[in-house]
Amino acid sequence: MKIGVFICHCGENISRTVDCPRVAETCEKIPGVEFSIDYKYMCSDPGQKLIKDAVEIHKLDAIVVGSCSPNMHERTFRSAAVAAGINPFLVEIANLREHCSWVHEDVESATQKAIELVRMAVEKVKRDKPLSKIKVPVTKRVLVIGGGIAGIQAALDVANAGYDVVLVEKEPSIGGHMSQLSETFPTLDCSQCILTPRMVEVNQHPRIKLLTYSEVEKIEGFIGNFKATIRKKARHINEDICSGCGQCVSKCPIKKKAFSSFEEGLAYRPAVYIPFPQAVPNIPVIDESVCTYYRNGKCGMCVKACDRQAIDFDQKDTMMVADVGAVIVATGYKLYSIGKQPLGSKYKGYGEYGYGKYKDVIDGLQFERIASASGPTSGEIKRPSDGKEPKKIVFIQCVGSRDPAKGISYCSKICCMYTAKQAMLFRHKVHDGEAYVFYMDIRAGGKMYEEFVRRAIEEDHVNYIRGRVSRIYEENGKYIVKGEDTIAGVPVNIDADMVVLASAMIPHDNAPGLAQKVGIPYDKYGFYNESHPKLKPVESTTAGVFLAGACNAPRDIPESVAMASAAASKAIILFSSDSLEREPVVARVNEDLCAGCFYCRKVCPFGAVEVRDIKDMNGVVYKEVAYINQGVCQGCGTCTATCLSKSIELAGFNNEEIFAEIAAL
Amino acid sequence: MKNSFRNGFHVLQPGFGPAAPAKTASDEVYPNAAHSYIAKEVAAKTFQDVNLCYQCGKCSAGCPVRDYMADSPNKVVRFVQLGLEQAALNSTTPWLCAGCLTCSTRCPNDFNLAKFMDAVREISIEKGVKTKEKEISSFHEAFLRQVRLFGRSYEAGLVADYKLNTLRLLQDVDSAPGMILKGKLSVLPHKVKDRKTIKNIFGKTTHKKKRNG
Repeated sequence: MKIGVFICHCGENISRTVDCPRVAETCEKIPGVEFSIDYKYMCSDPGQKLIKDAVEIHKLDAIVVGSCSPNMHERTFRSAAVAAGINPFLVEIANLREHCSWVHEDVESATQKAIELVRMAVEKVKRDKPLSKIKVPVTKRVLVIGGGIAGIQAALDVANAGYDVVLVEKEPSIGGHMSQLSETFPTLDCSQCILTPRMVEVNQHPRIKLLTYSEVEKIEGFIGNFKATIRKKARHINEDICSGCGQCVSKCPIKKKAFSSFEEGLAYRPAVYIPFPQAVPNIPVIDESVCTYYRNGKCGMCVKACDRQAIDFDQKDTMMVADVGAVIVATGYKLYSIGKQPLGSKYKGYGEYGYGKYKDVIDGLQFERIASASGPTSGEIKRPSDGKEPKKIVFIQCVGSRDPAKGISYCSKICCMYTAKQAMLFRHKVHDGEAYVFYMDIRAGGKMYEEFVRRAIEEDHVNYIRGRVSRIYEENGKYIVKGEDTIAGVPVNIDADMVVLASAMIPHDNAPGLAQKVGIPYDKYGFYNESHPKLKPVESTTAGVFLAGACNAPRDIPESVAMASAAASKAIILFSSDSLEREPVVARVNEDLCAGCFYCRKVCPFGAVEVRDIKDMNGVVYKEVAYINQGVCQGCGTCTATCLSKSIELAGFNNEEIFAEIAAL
Repeated sequence: MKNSFRNGFHVLQPGFGPAAPAKTASDEVYPNAAHSYIAKEVAAKTFQDVNLCYQCGKCSAGCPVRDYMADSPNKVVRFVQLGLEQAALNSTTPWLCAGCLTCSTRCPNDFNLAKFMDAVREISIEKGVKTKEKEISSFHEAFLRQVRLFGRSYEAGLVADYKLNTLRLLQDVDSAPGMILKGKLSVLPHKVKDRKTIKNIFGKTTHKKKRNG
């Protein structure tokens, strides 16, 4: 075997501490090395040409490049090798930069180490076997989890590109938090007016299968070949028959037992309900926990009211399986609950703000409902306690956010903007009202955002006070907000009629649970991790699973939509060919040696190990062995190290190769 | 040729670059905050970095004695963050602080402000900075003198000591009868048994300090 060694100076990055010409000279003497050279930038075009020419002239079979980390340029050198007619897996990188020049100072010893590193790579490449890429088939269908604006956008984009979509939403209707909002910043256009056409489009799209009131139970498989099990919760209404007339809803005698979660607890809903008038699909749900029929078997008013016999009290949860090629997770956020938190919660509540104790101390989403034309007050600003119009409202920003003592260190990003919007809406609707905003910093980065906040201050005369509020208490029917204007250095006490707390965005409680089902990592808060914070913001670290919207980090509508479209296009890229190519660095089991202990199955972080039956001539199973699914295996090598009988080999990193490397030291 | 911009390019030549900025007034007003004596000293006494405070003002907002303070509590923290030693030590705010811990409890970044105020008071005593709130300082002194003598608080002695030192003879006289009736002002002191240990504690904790006369 003829091996070529190419030592890169990386400008000065390597050559500053490693004597590259000497490394090249010394390495030429290693047995098997036919040719060795150093060059200033091996990754540059002339550098790659150098490699190709050397392969041709010296008839090389394999090459070793001493350069930066394989993370950086392994791909570059492998394609250079392919262009020269060498199998890409007969290329080894000796990391002379991150592992050598950057971490050492002494030129002599760094050069020695560089020579050793190259020697190791040479010994490995001698034993490398040519590998070819694995082809995996692709199911051209996407599973979108979450039917908020991000999920809707992602589903529509994928469907409009001509691929099938399964959209799963856990609530009875799609629309998410955006459907609850009154108006949106910075243009003050009605949220539902821009959202509902898209919701309808989703429902009518021939390529979108909409599963509301459903949850993902399990996802198995791998990129291009996921198998998702979805639980369709019992609505107790036959969706195929129901016309959405709403007769059952109006006849239901249970009027004041359950709070509407869509109205953020500001209104009641019947036991059979449609969450909001524009709901998609417009089909009611029966809430078993309050329905009289489920409590004592009587009532049945809705059954009588329904002309089409769509009520089905005996309906059970059903499971369905969807084969999909990619998953887009768009599960969104929930608001941090401000009041006292249950024991064992990772967040602490704000006892000092009296949320939960005082009815007129509300959170941002509750104010959205009060300001919304479809809300419980029909858009008139009224306080929840007595229905009077508040004349003085205090808005408090950073409630939960930027408060490590309560458990949340991050900035929720949207509160500055929606508080400005809400203060503005209040001033537009209550002309003699006064609005105060307590802020720590105003973070209005975004197109027309800063202008919007200035408009609230300059045109709508919202009073901005820099300082955090310490306490809210009731006195003579007023809520005394104790703050400090830290710019003037004076205490500020405001006797408010109503207080709106801009509470932090946090992931759903079951976000970690879903992450474990889907197999994606999450951070300490429960936000799903992107693969790279800058260059792979919509990919999760699991191939074929993409992220969109606020499940990844606090995001506003435009960002969520942009991210959803990006995730959709990533999925579409997957579907651009009929099969996927992937690196052949996967583990293989030697079935003759495998003892069937399945320790590998326990340690595999990707669930790639399956059980395979070995049958004799008569078709009788006489042995169970491990089988590693080539599509799922990520080549981490954990099973290889665990295997007691040494029957698993990782292609490209087998024992012979690794031991040769070590022996060369 | 004050600034060497030519055709939009900054000419970098030794000795020809922009001159080092002259020492301005602000250099003196804001000494190098991170290395300032006061910031280091406070950190050493409280085991917390003064830069934990992000100046939200929640401490000042909730402070029950805020109305009597000329400088808000967060402003005193700012003084120390900036290394403005004189401003911090001459402020009466640390002396007015009642140590009720409302600020420390509510601080979003877990900065223990009450501890901080204690440290500033200690430093001003060490440096002999006499506070304008003489009575508060005298009260502290009088209280500690009782503890040093008897091992616990002796109210009648505390009253006598405080009044003789401050000459505020008639302050709070009206509450004396009630307190005597309730047995809160006993004539003779209650002493702890092991006063030697108390003496040792005082000896160990005060010997390095310059007593504030």
